[in-house]
Amino acid sequence: MSIVALVAKWAIPVILFTVTLYAFIRRVNVYEAFIEGAHEGFGTAIKTIPFLVAMFVAISVFRASGAMELFTKLISPVTSLFGIPAEVIPLGIMRPLSGGGALGITAELIKTFGPDSFIGRLASTLQGSTDTTFFVLTLYFGSVGVTRYRYSVISGLSADITGFIASVIVCNIVFR
Amino acid sequence: MVNLIWVSMLIIGITVAAINGNIEVVTTAALSGAQTAVDFALGLIAIMAFWLGIMKVAEEAGVIRLISRLVKPLTSFLFPSVPKDHPAMGAIIMNLSANVLGLGNAATPMGLIAMKELQKLNRYSPNTASDAMCTFLALNTSCITLIPATIIGIRIKTGSANPTEIVGTTIFATACSMIVAILADRILRRVFSYRRWR
Repeated sequence: MSIVALVAKWAIPVILFTVTLYAFIRRVNVYEAFIEGAHEGFGTAIKTIPFLVAMFVAISVFRASGAMELFTKLISPVTSLFGIPAEVIPLGIMRPLSGGGALGITAELIKTFGPDSFIGRLASTLQGSTDTTFFVLTLYFGSVGVTRYRYSVISGLSADITGFIASVIVCNIVFR
Repeated sequence: MVNLIWVSMLIIGITVAAINGNIEVVTTAALSGAQTAVDFALGLIAIMAFWLGIMKVAEEAGVIRLISRLVKPLTSFLFPSVPKDHPAMGAIIMNLSANVLGLGNAATPMGLIAMKELQKLNRYSPNTASDAMCTFLALNTSCITLIPATIIGIRIKTGSANPTEIVGTTIFATACSMIVAILADRILRRVFSYRRWR
């Protein structure tokens, strides 16, 4: 763990140092190359705006209207059959849609139940082992103008569902 | 698919708001959602400009090609449609490594660079995802996380006796989801072959 944390801390400074020095030795005009690359940054970021606006508007309306709560209530009888605590269901549904929203729920659960409670540990594991799939797809595809995602929504969501179920199972084994 | 999801979220959201008698939240929620999206994109300009600059330097020095060559055995298995020492591979590997280390700020620009390179190789129409893009995003969203930094931070703040005890369970769960993502991608690639999808 400490080695991994050390790598994470040093990775970017080391990359910056090595790349610039190596490029300089290889007689690349480092400054000009940097400017040329950075120039594209603006365009790429701006290009994602329509895609992100579309996705965030839909998610925001879905959440604020109470539709997400309703959805959670509808599926919780099914999920409780599999030993999934009802408290973490909103987190499971929010996770692929909104990173900030999911983090809010996780923080709330940890505060309410305590970080070392079963719910607290499960919520922590869930947060770390699933991803904001819709957001990532919207951002990445949006940056190159792709509007037809083909099967990537299905593969992304199946990975999230697996991460969710695997978290519940492993937490039940380790922390119960 | 996205079309359907998007329309259903909006229609269901507006309907539920109307039934609950708080239709006024729809307008505020829609506008605040748009605002969040634009704020995010504007914040992205800074890190994108920085990392694209560094990546251009790395590319001209031949570093990206070198990395692509080093990880050839793994990537040629996962991305059969991408030429072996294409710069896309270098960007993909750097994106996944940054994800594994929990370096979100570096991961996103690398990922967008990878998408740009993959788009150059897209043999289909430019608005349709290529096989390699789907594989890349499946890996990206399911990737193993060794340091769930944010969550450890929250646990420390809330006074956990052992903030890092969830690292093991997290690694196990992400390993499962990564395996499923790779398998699902392999299977779906056959099912949704491009000709049929049209």
